[in-house]
Amino acid sequence: MESANPEEIKKAVRSYVVVFVTLLCLTFVTVAVSYLKLPRPQAITLALIIATVKASLVAAFFMHLISEKKVIYAVLSLTAAFFVLVLLLPSLTLYTNSGHLG
Amino acid sequence: MSDTVIPYMVKPHPITGLPNGKLGIWLFLASEVMLFGALFSSYVLLRAGAPHWPPIEPGEAAKLSSELLNVPLATFNTAVLITSSITMVMAWASLQLKSLPKFRIYMGATIALALVFLVVKYFEYAHKFEVGHFPSHDNFYGIYFTMTGLHGLHIVGGIVVNTYLLTAGSKLWNTDPEHFANRVENAGLYWHFVDLVWIFLFPALYLL
Repeated sequence: MESANPEEIKKAVRSYVVVFVTLLCLTFVTVAVSYLKLPRPQAITLALIIATVKASLVAAFFMHLISEKKVIYAVLSLTAAFFVLVLLLPSLTLYTNSGHLG
Repeated sequence: MSDTVIPYMVKPHPITGLPNGKLGIWLFLASEVMLFGALFSSYVLLRAGAPHWPPIEPGEAAKLSSELLNVPLATFNTAVLITSSITMVMAWASLQLKSLPKFRIYMGATIALALVFLVVKYFEYAHKFEVGHFPSHDNFYGIYFTMTGLHGLHIVGGIVVNTYLLTAGSKLWNTDPEHFANRVENAGLYWHFVDLVWIFLFPALYLL
């Protein structure tokens, strides 16, 4: 974020407080859900959704990504693509040495 | 001040529209995403390849991660890191509002909260070691210590940089306030990233 006038900063501070409270609430939701002992696939999906929402809030507001320069979006898009690629690498182990689904 | 001035340290570079430091910290964070990404990928591989996760101890019933690790302490630590993230962004906002004393309070709080996180982590680790759960115990503890250990080192790094900005580094405020605010913003970007990693580590290791 570029240096802004005091009014804009005060408005931003209010959004930081809202984000902060939301993050705390989501932390308690994710812990509470874990005590429900849902079946694993549902538990993992729900926990990942909550974590992604929390991470997006941090990135968008605390890291000012909602109002950032294009070059940073470009860097992050490339990073996101390679991040997904790395995360998908373990799925290669679904194949046995003979090249079939194992 | 030396004779050679590095260009675009404060003013945006005409091509990127950003001061060089900010682009630099984002490129660094991109490399950090790949570093932690490789570890998350390893975690998925170890977990998917195990007949049970966490692995079952010989002669014992299957347990959940939440029964092996201390969820209340980790929840507390999650709240500590989230709080340190808002104090960090408030430290930057205080500089935008031209108040160095307020910056000092918020930056001091950020460092204090980071230390609280490390103290809690120390007690968690100490308890694991007491009962003989070292990284070599099994894949679960191996990846747990590797990921939380690397994250902990990032917390230490953040404390060092933030302490510099709070003490000797803050002299820059008197000569070049915009440059100093940029440095605080960049340190903040790193700090929020460390918080962001924990947001994924916490459910992955403790809750699922």
